[in-house]
Amino acid sequence: MSYTIDSKAVSQEPRPGQCLRTFIRDAGVFGVKKGCDQGDCGACTVWLDGVPVHSCLMPAHRAKDKQVTTVQGLEHDGHLHPVQQAFCDAQAFQCGFCAAGMIMTVAALDEEQRADLPRNLKGNLCRCTGYRAIEDAVHGIRSTDDDIAGAACGASLPNPFTQGIVTGHARYTMDVAVENLLHLKVLRSPHAHARIVSIDQSKARAIPGVVEVFTWEDVPRKLFSSATHEDHLVDPDDMYVLDNVARFVGQRVAAVVAETEAAAEAGCRALQVEYEILPAVFDPVEAMQDGAPILHSKGNEAKGNIFVTIKGEVGNVESGFAEAAVVHEKTYSTSRVQHAHLETHGSIAWRGEDGRLHVRTSTQAPFIAHQKLCYLFGIFPHDLHVFTERVGGGFGGKQEMVSEDLCLMATMKLGRPVKWEFTREEQFIGATTRHQMTTKVKLGAKADGTLTALEVHVVSNTGAYGGHGSETLAASLGSPLSAYRCKNKKADGHAVYTNMIPGGGFRGYGASQSTFAIECAMDDLAEKLGMDGFAIRRKNMIGPDDVIESVWSDPSDVSFGSYGLDECLDLVEAALANGEGLPAPEGNWAEGTGIALSVLESGPPTEHRSGGEMRLLPDGSYHLAVGSTEMGNGSINSHRQIAASILGTRGNNVDIINADTDLTPYDTGTFASTGTVVAGQAVALTAKALHDNIVSYAARITDTPVEDWSLVDDAVMNGNRRIELTELYKIGTEAGHRFDAKRKAYLSPRTIAFNVQGVRLAVHRVTGEVRVLHSVHAADIGRPINPMQCRGQLEGAVAMGYGWALTEHMVYDDHGKMLNPALRNYHIPAFADTPRTKIMFADTHDTIGPLGAKAQGECAINAVAPAVSNALANATGVRFAHLPFSPDRIFDQLSVTA
Amino acid sequence: MDLNTVRAVRTPARLDEIADWPSGHAWLAGGTWLMSEPQLAVDTLVDLHGLGWEDLAVSGEGVEIAATCPISKVANFVGPAEWPAAPLFKACAHSLLMSFKVAGVATVGGNICMSLPAGAMISLTVALEATYTLWPRDGAPRTVYSGDFVTANHANILAPGELLRSIHIPAAALSKRFAIRRASLTHLGRSAALLIGTSGPDRDLLLTITAATPRPIQLRFGALPSAEEVRAAIDAAIPADGYFDDVNGTPAYKRHVTYHFAEEIRAELAAVESKA
Repeated sequence: MSYTIDSKAVSQEPRPGQCLRTFIRDAGVFGVKKGCDQGDCGACTVWLDGVPVHSCLMPAHRAKDKQVTTVQGLEHDGHLHPVQQAFCDAQAFQCGFCAAGMIMTVAALDEEQRADLPRNLKGNLCRCTGYRAIEDAVHGIRSTDDDIAGAACGASLPNPFTQGIVTGHARYTMDVAVENLLHLKVLRSPHAHARIVSIDQSKARAIPGVVEVFTWEDVPRKLFSSATHEDHLVDPDDMYVLDNVARFVGQRVAAVVAETEAAAEAGCRALQVEYEILPAVFDPVEAMQDGAPILHSKGNEAKGNIFVTIKGEVGNVESGFAEAAVVHEKTYSTSRVQHAHLETHGSIAWRGEDGRLHVRTSTQAPFIAHQKLCYLFGIFPHDLHVFTERVGGGFGGKQEMVSEDLCLMATMKLGRPVKWEFTREEQFIGATTRHQMTTKVKLGAKADGTLTALEVHVVSNTGAYGGHGSETLAASLGSPLSAYRCKNKKADGHAVYTNMIPGGGFRGYGASQSTFAIECAMDDLAEKLGMDGFAIRRKNMIGPDDVIESVWSDPSDVSFGSYGLDECLDLVEAALANGEGLPAPEGNWAEGTGIALSVLESGPPTEHRSGGEMRLLPDGSYHLAVGSTEMGNGSINSHRQIAASILGTRGNNVDIINADTDLTPYDTGTFASTGTVVAGQAVALTAKALHDNIVSYAARITDTPVEDWSLVDDAVMNGNRRIELTELYKIGTEAGHRFDAKRKAYLSPRTIAFNVQGVRLAVHRVTGEVRVLHSVHAADIGRPINPMQCRGQLEGAVAMGYGWALTEHMVYDDHGKMLNPALRNYHIPAFADTPRTKIMFADTHDTIGPLGAKAQGECAINAVAPAVSNALANATGVRFAHLPFSPDRIFDQLSVTA
Repeated sequence: MDLNTVRAVRTPARLDEIADWPSGHAWLAGGTWLMSEPQLAVDTLVDLHGLGWEDLAVSGEGVEIAATCPISKVANFVGPAEWPAAPLFKACAHSLLMSFKVAGVATVGGNICMSLPAGAMISLTVALEATYTLWPRDGAPRTVYSGDFVTANHANILAPGELLRSIHIPAAALSKRFAIRRASLTHLGRSAALLIGTSGPDRDLLLTITAATPRPIQLRFGALPSAEEVRAAIDAAIPADGYFDDVNGTPAYKRHVTYHFAEEIRAELAAVESKA
């Protein structure tokens, strides 16, 4: 045999032009991942005769007569490779999608290479961790705690799927072999705005292997939104599965289904589409003008291209500004960015032997996707099953149904399984992005710094479709304004349709954008007042006795379950002053320090609900089913820890299944920081109910008071009397008792979390290079259910914040075409770009969130970009008000004299 | 990624097995760029891997690098002490965006023939006054000066099917002192500007500007110039709109750092000379 993968001979020959990555996966070895398929992310790293290579760049025929080693072949005699073990100990992953390639790279480094990780890990991108945990793994640092009965909550337990992740056996969305599979590919619009006059399919259908072509004439004429929310009415029904009008470059035009991906691609290329090109508008301010090309006339719009206008006022800002000794007014803007989760979007749909339809997908909201699919295709809900297995990152990008519909439609028509996996380019041109927003801030203050008026005006570019447009706009006008106590506040904003890629959900969700503006403006105001950043915030920031209020005086369900903002500021101030971090480099560098704070309600203002089910099993362990999605956020682990803690057992004694419309109770979806406060609450209520079920049954059969009984790891105890759970189960079940429980949770009231970021940096006055010298972050997230995971979530959010601030930029030409739709040209932070951030926790215990916890995965990102801008302003005296601060965008505003 | 338009892979042991060169043929060296994007015009890959050219040979004449030499070999090259410019090999290899894993596969010739502004093997070989040996599909081999090879972004003088066979770096150039400066929008990212200066025993200056411009620009000064002379020479060689416009840096930025780095290089080499 001439091809060998993990010491096993492979009988197939590669196709001409096939890369090694797909050749390996065709052989059923799914541990080798596709992050980019272009050699940029390293997720596909394997060894060829012991030498690490990006298998997506390696022509497969070159593996002939060589040994291919994947992460699945790294174990030796049933023992993990030391690097696999190190990744377990340091928990050097979150979603885990990069881990296979990261491990294969680290395991191949020599001592000299290990001493220069920024250089030698530049070919391995991780979007989740911020790289600290990966560096820890290289250095053999352990971050996990032992799993002790009754002590699960607050312990740094490892991810329950650790073994599968580090050995490559954890199954992500595309990691299954499906017989008789068809492949779907999509032709995307080259025009920003065009009407489809005709589509000649004849050449496409003539291509061998092409099975079916779908165009706008083949889809249900039902309008919907790809955005997923509990309340479907918050997003406008403004799109079709396939439309006869393209409204952005990259919109789906037609789908081709074929026996192979190659044939489907060829089919797309062979479609002859006649377009009538329409005038396009890309700037939201221009789009609001009279005479601008109108994108939609579907009855959802407020006026013209303005999808929605939101406004409010408390007090009277006019009198507030009249009262002010100092007024600051400036416009700040934030850029469009892509989530760049390493696992691209994708789904596989089929009709099962049960006659039902099944959709295996990469989503943050399988239940909402289920509802939308039932609506679109007229499916009775029972006849459809939507589920995730492991999801390789989301960050809000998968709060969107962008691949499931076409796969399902094709499988319904053709009767065969259909798979569609996005390319990395499609992620950039055909998924969603963070909404670009421009925010004008006007602040008035007395001479002592007390705010007298706060006014914000936001213009949000929602792109070609309005999903998440109103909710992100509302969020931008919400919590960032609540952060400050001020009698007079006013805000208004427009979410505007343009011929750009649609905005979507993205970690921080609207609040990120206006937090950037307001936190920069607070420093600008402080500068005018001669105050520092800490003083102006302490003077005005919301305190535990204040009303939490933005610009609406209606009653609110947000309240302080705990308060640690003051402690966060103190922690950051002390950490920045402690002399740690790097000194400024020698030469023509300016050094400066900046801070910013962010505030986020734990959970969305719209409806959100979840549910849990638990059972005691015959062997004395527990089964937990919860609907929420795990995509690297760690919720599965914290859910079993919450359950284990309440049941007095070990985390490992709780088996968990999640995000499956057949196997788990309903959950709205894992987004808007709800994994802990809603799904976690459901788990806590369910575990408490099961706990009570068990001890009361023990009390009943022993005729003793229930208060005397307690649950320990594998038994119920009453003083010295002990009944093993296995025995209790047997007795109870034989008597017809059921040891199970089901509870639902609903998000209200909502507590509030706080973050403060501190940055000391240096900027080169000539080249504009920015080096972060010291990065510190304090979070008030209540009690950390799993401190290691919470630290990881915060580090990852901060790293993503640095990407937004410094390196990421979606660049477009004058016709709305993206110029850099590849990870080599759209720079998510690599190891070398990501400073280590000291993470600190305020010592709070929430009275609303489950077991004292609050939301933690999201809010941290919001404070980073403004802290960087404030540090740059401190260093140079120049306010950089428009993200991102890449050297070529700032160099000409830097003073060249030291 | 899979190149789904490819129908055949040819793996010649000798080049004369490849007689014709229909459109749709493409040389496959490391494949690290070829496999990174759809190549819709390619239906046949002709793999150079089996030709067995010696990667890198050192002699008194200089260094002979096969086009198929992996870039990692350049990164690890350590020259003799009498070649002060030898550390440029590593410095240029490290100026590439590619990971060490890619560098182990990507070839020097591939980097040069891609002819991208940030192709640091172009920077290296032009700065060291290399000559390239080209093998046409028919006709005699020809030798060209490295600085004349790249004509524009992603364009060069190769005729269809013509191969870059090898790169000769003369010992005289390796015997010079050097200074190098680089700007990138991200740490260890793709070059926005990569400038190299070399200076020989007769106190000259050869300034090579790459990445900032669509093709390499080389400025020769018989004697170490003044700051004003360097500025004037750049003014004369590169028009204000002559800087490369791409997502790795705006033209204005590339122009700005080009002048800055040129002066730094001039000053560094002048300081070395005056100490010597």
